[in-house]
Amino acid sequence: MTGDQTEDEFAAYQGLAEDTGDHRWAFGTGFADPLEGIDTSVPEGVDAEALAAYCLMLGDDALILSHRLQQWMTRMPELEEETAIANIALDLLGQARMLLARAGRAEGAGRDEDRLAFFRAEPEFRNVRLVEPEDADFAGLVGRLLVFSAWRLALLGQLTGSADPVLAAIAAKGVKEVAYHRDYAAQWVIRLGDGTEVSHARMQAALAVVWPLVDELFLADPVTAALPGVAADPAAARAGVDAVLDAVLAEATLDRPGAAPLAMVAGKTGRDGVHTEALGYVLAELQSVARAHPDATW
Amino acid sequence: MAGNEDRVVAPVRSDWPLYEVFLRGKRGLNHVHVGSLHAADPQMALHHARDLYTRRNEGVSIWVVAARDITASSPDEKDPFFDPSGDKVYRHPTFYDIPDDVPHM
Repeated sequence: MTGDQTEDEFAAYQGLAEDTGDHRWAFGTGFADPLEGIDTSVPEGVDAEALAAYCLMLGDDALILSHRLQQWMTRMPELEEETAIANIALDLLGQARMLLARAGRAEGAGRDEDRLAFFRAEPEFRNVRLVEPEDADFAGLVGRLLVFSAWRLALLGQLTGSADPVLAAIAAKGVKEVAYHRDYAAQWVIRLGDGTEVSHARMQAALAVVWPLVDELFLADPVTAALPGVAADPAAARAGVDAVLDAVLAEATLDRPGAAPLAMVAGKTGRDGVHTEALGYVLAELQSVARAHPDATW
Repeated sequence: MAGNEDRVVAPVRSDWPLYEVFLRGKRGLNHVHVGSLHAADPQMALHHARDLYTRRNEGVSIWVVAARDITASSPDEKDPFFDPSGDKVYRHPTFYDIPDDVPHM
């Protein structure tokens, strides 16, 4: 018997006696509130206006991509995959809710998460343009999800050390979720890229659509610059994200597309409220019910 | 296609194979069968199991097993397999007095 085995057996018996604090022993138990015990006032020395704008940026990214993923419901090729995408969409929606709630709180104008999600016009949205287009096919879905989650995971990783305790707590929860999203997307990109001739060609074509929107993810912006120690620096995330994407593409036998970045409009991008045509359709669907029944509750 | 005659092509399946899923809810407890799912390979089955069976905080560990790898007793064998134990009362430790201070018995 090797030393390892002895240790394993010991660990198994220890598991019986020790209280691990993990109380997930029956359905519907052991849930945790990620913001439990955290002071939600804006910390001293942090620019509240910039913090609100920053939370809107990250919240809108999650909100719009979540909606794009929700549009796949009932259309996925397999039931199991549909549940997987529903889970990912719900994770992102949860992040969006907390971030928009944080934005409303930092703004201090009495707007809650619903007000911010349903009653802002297109130019007031601060999401990157990557999350806007409709997916042409399943390859498009996993290609964008891979880029998005690799990038977001890098940002959230930095944010776990944020000077804003709420942002840090939201990031700590999000890191675990987005790490799974990235893993899920990477697995599918590899399967399709290293699959049949047809799946390889369609995966490569999907990346060509996504790639022009990648550069924008790493641009410096004034909001982030106004929040040193609070916000994540997208430029600093670039090398790590590129390494992850390159590793996945190599495993998938796919070429990194050389597509030129999507042009800015008068030097402005999604973070400035300048969006592609696609966002209008997303917002129309997302906001129509809330706007038709402004004071409804459900 | 000329030149490809010797290439081994796996038979195309119309459906992904079936996997059985076992979850452990807590450290120290057993893995328990919770259901089955379709997946192309074991790794995907593990992901699907995570997405289908642990959404409500049910698990800390997952096993997946290809359903075709499970050898099961068949209903035809029910009598010779299980009936002979039905009258062997002496196999149960029911003839002992259990002291009051022994718990969990």
